[in-house]
Amino acid sequence: MKDITEERYVDGKPKLRRFHQARWDEPIIFELSNEGERGILVPEVEEELKGSVGDVLSRIPGKMLRKKRPELPELSQPRVLRHYVRLSQETLGTDLNIDVGQGTCTMKYSPKVNEQIARMPQVAEIHPLQDEETVQGILEIMYKFEQILKEISGMDRFSLQPGGGSAAIYANASIIRAYHESRGEADQRDEIITTIFSHPSNAACARTAGFKVITLYPNEDGYPDIQALSAAVSERTAGLMITNPEDTGIFNPKIEEFVDIVHEAGGLCAYDQANANGILGITRARDAGFDLCQFNLHKTFSAPHGCGGPAAGAIGVADELGKFLPVPVIEFDGSKYRLNYDRPESIGKIRSFYGVVPVVLKAYAWVMSLGAEGLKEVAETAVLNNNYVLKKLLEVPGVSAPYAKGKRRIEQVRYSWEKLAVDTGVHSEEIGLRAADFGVHYWTSHHPWIVPEPCTIEPTESYSKSELDEYVQIIRNVSDEAYKNPELVKTAPHNSTIHRIDHAPLDDPSQWAVTWRAYRKKVKRDKAGE
Amino acid sequence: MVWVGKRRLGLIVNPIAGIGGRVGLKGSDGEDVQRKALEFGALPQSLNRAIQALERMKSIRGEIEIITYPSEMGEDAAVACGFDPIVIGSIQKGKTTSEDTKNAAKEMSSLGVDLLLFAGGDGTARDVYDAVGRAMLVLGIPAGVKMHSAVFAVNPGSAGELAASFLRGIVNSERDAEVMDVDEESLRKGFVSAKLYGFLRIPYQERLVQGAKIPSSAGDKESMNAIACEIVDGMRDDCLYIIGPGTTTRAIMSKLGLSKTLAGVDVVLGRSLVGKDANEAQILKLLEKRSAKIIVTPIGGQGYIFGRGNQQISPEVIKKVGKENIIVVATPEKINSLRGRPFLVDTGDQEVDRMLSGYIRVVSGFNEQIIYKVSH
Repeated sequence: MKDITEERYVDGKPKLRRFHQARWDEPIIFELSNEGERGILVPEVEEELKGSVGDVLSRIPGKMLRKKRPELPELSQPRVLRHYVRLSQETLGTDLNIDVGQGTCTMKYSPKVNEQIARMPQVAEIHPLQDEETVQGILEIMYKFEQILKEISGMDRFSLQPGGGSAAIYANASIIRAYHESRGEADQRDEIITTIFSHPSNAACARTAGFKVITLYPNEDGYPDIQALSAAVSERTAGLMITNPEDTGIFNPKIEEFVDIVHEAGGLCAYDQANANGILGITRARDAGFDLCQFNLHKTFSAPHGCGGPAAGAIGVADELGKFLPVPVIEFDGSKYRLNYDRPESIGKIRSFYGVVPVVLKAYAWVMSLGAEGLKEVAETAVLNNNYVLKKLLEVPGVSAPYAKGKRRIEQVRYSWEKLAVDTGVHSEEIGLRAADFGVHYWTSHHPWIVPEPCTIEPTESYSKSELDEYVQIIRNVSDEAYKNPELVKTAPHNSTIHRIDHAPLDDPSQWAVTWRAYRKKVKRDKAGE
Repeated sequence: MVWVGKRRLGLIVNPIAGIGGRVGLKGSDGEDVQRKALEFGALPQSLNRAIQALERMKSIRGEIEIITYPSEMGEDAAVACGFDPIVIGSIQKGKTTSEDTKNAAKEMSSLGVDLLLFAGGDGTARDVYDAVGRAMLVLGIPAGVKMHSAVFAVNPGSAGELAASFLRGIVNSERDAEVMDVDEESLRKGFVSAKLYGFLRIPYQERLVQGAKIPSSAGDKESMNAIACEIVDGMRDDCLYIIGPGTTTRAIMSKLGLSKTLAGVDVVLGRSLVGKDANEAQILKLLEKRSAKIIVTPIGGQGYIFGRGNQQISPEVIKKVGKENIIVVATPEKINSLRGRPFLVDTGDQEVDRMLSGYIRVVSGFNEQIIYKVSH
């Protein structure tokens, strides 16, 4: 009998897979519509029922009634099923590929058992408008999870209401404003300081909350000079909103000094911990002097990310800012949990009801399955995995890790393919399209590309050494191809459904059609679509 | 002559560009220098550079036609890369001059080429500017010693790529880019005398990211508009605004409904023009009566905010206005193109240069600023 491992490994390293993705060229579901075709035939209402209920439509105000039927696609159930199964085969979802190429997104395994827990009828069928007496169980879980997050961050109070990372950052920006309002300084303090490699939501949310944004650029070590911060702070400083480690994976060791300078100028400091994967159980926001922080439960805390499920943000604040938290807050009097809305200085609501309950539950289940030691091990493993990949990738021709030369990174690295692009004309985006031919996802980076030809790899704790080896092997192979046969890479993908996208219309709203109706109006000039 | 169908690329190689660099001559302007360079054993760089650019255009060989000048002025490079160019004009082999560059550019312009790709340095860019101005789209393959102008791609390969993308219609934005005139004679004597010579139109690729968290950033134009809104919003009627050259400052003037001297300094008071293309003396005179603010943007690809192309804003003007009244404007795109290098100042007055150094606030958008380093 043959030793199959010989076919799959060379020198203990996995060989490149032969991969070919399903390619369906599947139409949009509206194009599949066939007039009169039905998925479900709803039975006629019985006369008796009709008689007792009366004409239900008459109770709806006339202006709210549709003039004509909604133009939904008309398809049988199996055709709908086939449509979506085909589409699912054309993605490189996180359950399919070694998903370390979507750096900054913390693509870790979301345990399936936690999905099952969140879908139990006891959870799925409760309603946010139920009396709090009848939802004591979920309130208890949320309350206890807040206590856990307090321990992880060192903060004094938490709110789990924000519906995502940016909602949480926006809430923190609103709390900063509320704090200065309470001191009569809101008009004067209208500037938020951030860094160019911080999570971009900090600048965006601060702007949305009405602040001016002052951005600091890094020095050769990868974080801003103290002098740059000193030039930014003034009596107009409302606060600092910063990520650490930044998107480069570089940890700013002077962060306490940063916090002190901003405090001295009268500002507050908010720590964006969207991605806390490398520092769980190792550093704490409050210990570094921060006044606010936020976690993305769909990143660090394992709830599915991106299209895998809804997001949830958690914000933590120091005691004196507790009164500004969104309403309601969950309180426990020793025997009962209750929702407290009576908080006059609160910033109000950031989202309807009291949070994205299923996501909080999944995050709670994940933390409880690991315990404090387990969380620390998550961070250590994620950092180890990242630095292993860093070492291996830097052996690949054409790639570098700008800033902080020779130093290690925390949980991710922003690499640059600048040399490869100069040498071969192959760009980072094209490397990603070629990587898809081997069944893995690879993302470039946020705009703006401060690091030229960037890509960000974040291995997290969820991948084995052999999977990381496989990923590195794929990237090494693409680099070899770029040097030997750049056209092969530049014309990729060859084995995958992902196509080259014409980026130009992304900047041109007149070419956008985000709904079928808009498409018909714009492209087909179809009046019926109106 | 009329061509139908294929897109047409004009190609000019300045055969002596860059000849002075390797032998330390700070440039290749002037016949004496060229002779001296050859005596020192200098090898022309421009042919190789042009070939490096054209190599990146091989994939569209069937889709374009190259119109070029004879032998070393373009034909050799095109043929070396497997193109079958249409050769026009005539030259004296081995004895080409800047007149040949100008003639070539003019002829290509009259033939209506879609893009003129030229290999050379600042001097070549000036010749092209003299010949065609802003009448046609051009792009520089960096091959000279001095490349203070912003009309050059970052390297020959990117020039070829950008030209190919443009000719295929993938890139269709364009922008004005600075042509600088740095006097070599003074450079050899140890000081820099730089003027902003003019602007050429170049194709411009907005940097876009793959469908991801942020689909794309606002382009340079939108950023300039945002900067203009921010500046105009904060303008006081009793304050003099000394507005330096550049396209970013032009956007401010457009917002005010005023025309801008692109390569010069204009002065605004109460939203009206009180000094058009003003020189130092005129600016100083205006300063006698009022407090003022200076608005400048980094020039070209080098990041100079003072001392290149805006010498009218002299050390004396700067001292009079005061550091706190200097507003630097720059799009994030422009700042990113510096790749972490600081802004530079070279006013000719060391004390002023020192005063201007350190970290400054840069207006980069509406309600957006960047803290950036200035060195001298």
